[in-house]
Amino acid sequence: MTDLYQSQRAMRQMRRQAMQRGVVAILDVGSSKISCLVLRFDGIGRLSEDNSIGSLAGQSGFRVIGAATTRSRGVQFGEISAMQETERAIRTAVQAAQKMAEVRVDHVIACFSGALPRSYGLDATVELEGQEVTENEIARVLAACEVPEYGAGREVLHAQPVNFALDNRSGLEDPRGQMGQALSVDMHMLTVEAAAIQNLVRCVQRCDLELAGIASSAYVSGISALVEDEQELGAACIDMGGGTTSVSIFMKKHMIYADAVRMGGDHITSDISMGLGVPTATAERIKTMSGGVHATGADDRDMIDIGGETGDWERDRRTVSRAELIGIMRPRVEEILEEVRVRLDAAGFDHLPSQQIVLTGGSSQILGLDGLASRILGQQVRLGRPMRVHGLPQAVTGPGFASAVGMCLFAAHPQDEWWDFDAPVDRMAGGSMRRVVRWFKDNW
Amino acid sequence: MRALTSRMSRNRAAEGKADPAPSRLKYRIQRWMLTPGIRTGLRVGLPLGVILIAAGSYLASEARRDHLVALYNEARASFETRPEFMVNVMAIDGAGESVATDIREVTSLDLPLSSFDLDLPAIRDLIVGLDPVKTAAVRIRPGGILQVDVVEREPAIVWRSRDGLALLDETGAFVAELGQRSLHPELPLIAGRGADKRAAEALRLFAAARPLGDRLRGIVRIGERRWDVVLDRGQRIQLPVERPVAALERVIAVSEVKDLLERDVAVVDLRLPARLTVRMNAPAVEDWWRIRQLNESSY
Repeated sequence: MTDLYQSQRAMRQMRRQAMQRGVVAILDVGSSKISCLVLRFDGIGRLSEDNSIGSLAGQSGFRVIGAATTRSRGVQFGEISAMQETERAIRTAVQAAQKMAEVRVDHVIACFSGALPRSYGLDATVELEGQEVTENEIARVLAACEVPEYGAGREVLHAQPVNFALDNRSGLEDPRGQMGQALSVDMHMLTVEAAAIQNLVRCVQRCDLELAGIASSAYVSGISALVEDEQELGAACIDMGGGTTSVSIFMKKHMIYADAVRMGGDHITSDISMGLGVPTATAERIKTMSGGVHATGADDRDMIDIGGETGDWERDRRTVSRAELIGIMRPRVEEILEEVRVRLDAAGFDHLPSQQIVLTGGSSQILGLDGLASRILGQQVRLGRPMRVHGLPQAVTGPGFASAVGMCLFAAHPQDEWWDFDAPVDRMAGGSMRRVVRWFKDNW
Repeated sequence: MRALTSRMSRNRAAEGKADPAPSRLKYRIQRWMLTPGIRTGLRVGLPLGVILIAAGSYLASEARRDHLVALYNEARASFETRPEFMVNVMAIDGAGESVATDIREVTSLDLPLSSFDLDLPAIRDLIVGLDPVKTAAVRIRPGGILQVDVVEREPAIVWRSRDGLALLDETGAFVAELGQRSLHPELPLIAGRGADKRAAEALRLFAAARPLGDRLRGIVRIGERRWDVVLDRGQRIQLPVERPVAALERVIAVSEVKDLLERDVAVVDLRLPARLTVRMNAPAVEDWWRIRQLNESSY
């Protein structure tokens, strides 16, 4: 546990340094593309004078000054599988973004989608030592959480307190300073495969960059694609990427569940490639140009030229009807959505008061997807695009960049995590001097 | 499984297309170039360094340095001796013959001279340092003329001291020696040590003493403290230290009413301004006594 504390706090420290320097890079390591945004922080986002939320929902403290996207290499299912290739791809993206920003970036906040995320709900209750809830009490109740056995080769990625309850009042956002007897907390913990994180850290280090934070792309795409009401009332964000489809459920502005389906747009492409016998590049092209999930009568007559690689242009010209293409794509999309349905059911999504579902990610641009999804997932389905942030180029406003944009928001306003609170006094290992200082601070 | 190594090169050969990823060196170099310190170093520091090194290596040899200095001096000299900057004539206005000669002597300029070599404030100080000169203005007029405008001191008083007669102006500044008094009979005469320092007061006294007319011989500074007005027949009016002019006017007023100064009086003493004292000459006192006795005996 202390390990986690140390490494995560080191990353927080790095993030604070980057904010002080004013420039930080955002790296979205996806299976089909790697995108890099360079953010410049102009100071803390100011609220307007009447203390309501200012322009851009208070996110005006930063500005995107560089953006670059490159084809991902060596990433499968959102995990790094060939490190040299991934390193090259990251270098390409970072170099282009730096060139656009005309500034050197040293700190990177990265996100990835794979590595088998698993959610745990934790809770704990402590009797307060005094009447008032202090910072130390919060640290104590967080430390009192029973950490489940999440397996040896796994690492905690997020551990966020999502709800505090004081005596019988629940749903407190910030219980500090309030009076009560017993404080309890609900915490959401997300674990992923440790090897994936280590590979990512290694990869970023090989590009001479410092990692200032890691996030799950399910979480960050939820931040950017869900509007505030949806985050508050309960909604699921389904980020359909290239290699994985990540699912995150938000409630009361906190992520309460995240999972990933190891299927995505690349699988649709490979289905097309296999079914029609065309190269992957052609399959990708016809998927994006004329793909869909609802066949109509007109689609039988709509012939798509899929070409032939034999070089005999005169004779070897194959065509396929659009209905046929849809017939290949639809089962896979249905399979993905069914799988998502299973995950949502497992999470108890149907018990939430509001069952809004937001589809985002590159694969959500398939024509007719929202109709299909509403049949499988439920009535309240919409397609989501990332929120607008300052200086975002038009090219990166599409749904495929939801997690990159979400990470900008995440970098500017990080959610309090477990390790942001000081470890409680009695758990502090070795820091006797610090304990003395704390005693003085508490008593005088 | 395909070979892990040299896949890159084979792919490149097959596709004929370069890898878009920058090499590690290229990537690092780009990051260096984006570092502000290195950027400014390259943009400012490098040219500066090159210039400094070039200049330093050129100036390393003594002969080149001397040559450069010589070139500079030559250029400067040729510029300064252009006819536009030459001063040929010195013109002196407002000074008499002898003073003008003195000025020429004391400045001792061998014209023509470049105006860069003329130190006008120093020349002016030299000219003002001359006794007969009150103020002087020195400037270079177009046409290469050094124009000196002089205002001479006007002698206002003759001062007799142990060293002889001297002419002073109204501020008491020395103007010239005076051989004999008869050369300037119209100027008033003062005497005594320190009299020149109070020349202005002396002039006011003379103005006040105008009703005395020809009888006034001069005024004498006594003990560097107060004035005596000396009239003919050896009469003296001893004035107080404070407000001597008012005291003198009082004496003159009394004299006009009572003919005080016409009588056989040796000294009118006003040193205590509240009490006017008169000292009579010895014959007058004897006469006075005799008259008193006569008057007493007649009763």
